[in-house]
Amino acid sequence: MTDLFLRAVFQENLALTFFLGMCTFLAVSKRVDTALGLGVAMIVVQAITVPVNHLIFQGLLIDGAWAWAGLPEVDLSFLKLISFIGVIAAIVQILEMTLDRFVPVLHRSLGIFLPLITVNCAILGGSLFMVERRYTLPESMVYGVGTGVGWALAIVAFAAIRERLRYADVPDGLRGLGMAFVVTGLLSMAFAAFVGVRLS
Amino acid sequence: MAKSSWRHLTAPLIDDNPVTLQILGICSALAVTTSMATALTMGLALMAVLAGASTAISLIRNHLPSSIRLVVQITIIAALVIVADQVLRAFAYEMSQRLSVFVGLIVTNCIVLGRAEAFAMRNPVVPSLMDALGNGLGYSLVLMLVALIREPLGSGSLFGWPVLPLVETGGWFQPMGFMLLAPSAFFIIGGLIWVIRTLRPEQVEPFEGLSSASAHGGTP
Repeated sequence: MTDLFLRAVFQENLALTFFLGMCTFLAVSKRVDTALGLGVAMIVVQAITVPVNHLIFQGLLIDGAWAWAGLPEVDLSFLKLISFIGVIAAIVQILEMTLDRFVPVLHRSLGIFLPLITVNCAILGGSLFMVERRYTLPESMVYGVGTGVGWALAIVAFAAIRERLRYADVPDGLRGLGMAFVVTGLLSMAFAAFVGVRLS
Repeated sequence: MAKSSWRHLTAPLIDDNPVTLQILGICSALAVTTSMATALTMGLALMAVLAGASTAISLIRNHLPSSIRLVVQITIIAALVIVADQVLRAFAYEMSQRLSVFVGLIVTNCIVLGRAEAFAMRNPVVPSLMDALGNGLGYSLVLMLVALIREPLGSGSLFGWPVLPLVETGGWFQPMGFMLLAPSAFFIIGGLIWVIRTLRPEQVEPFEGLSSASAHGGTP
């Protein structure tokens, strides 16, 4: 389990090795505090959606899931994309309303990031990887938290570098987006250095 | 009319490229560029979905209440992606295994939703289709360019055919394993943006200085 967690955070970091959530990653990383807000929102949403999608996939969509109803040959797994998107959108919406009702302070700081997360590839990607690698329920819980933490760590580190970069004299054509890619590449190499780290 | 549709088709290739200028759709793009074949398949799949989605959304744009438009758009896109995924599984199973989850991730590819929202909702069918094809081509172009650098240098082949004789098989070329890892794609895209902006100086971002920290122009 610790191995799975570490792998999800470092070696298989969704942003830096699978390029997931790149659009948000590049667009919302100009300041550390906004990056931190988005990162926390990402951890929360990912920790909820991956296990929920696991339950839905195992309970309703997988080959033979309807055997109890006398329909053993029904295989709905092709519907996983559309149902995952629906589940993610619904969970984000519920989370937003719950935060608004019970923790308005948190809603004010995280609220604007939640809609962004609905179309974030990293959330959908996490759920799809969970299906492809056949994680069990406890594993998918750990994987959900791990990928969220990894993504948050990456965007906060990236935003911190980018804030410093504003003082730098970058060649004209490379300024902005080009430099952002180069920095992400360097960050990705740094994370690749964790390959092979084991705690057990 | 003919001239402007031509413009919709060609503008996204370099001048208004979805990947290098609008920062759209990088999400699922770069992981598939370690070989030309996967990059080409991914580009074609995205183009098919984008063309279908833009046409469909442009057809129903006048009957679509704006409060539910995002839900409808996502549903149309997801349905088209499922079709693309199933077609790939049926006719090119090996390729669909190599692309793994990335075909499915076209659903959340910002290009598709971005073009639907920014262009197809406001324009008739033909320009929308042209715009979709142009953006699909621009995206494929970047993917292919990146793969064109990564595949020969990383594994000495092109579309799976050996072009640089490898040391293992008695040749002289020592493959660069780095080219197959994730960071190389970031550096190549960064370099590509540099080249394009050197050729097209009007795309250079203004110097922000120390005061402004406003959000980026691109749609997330």
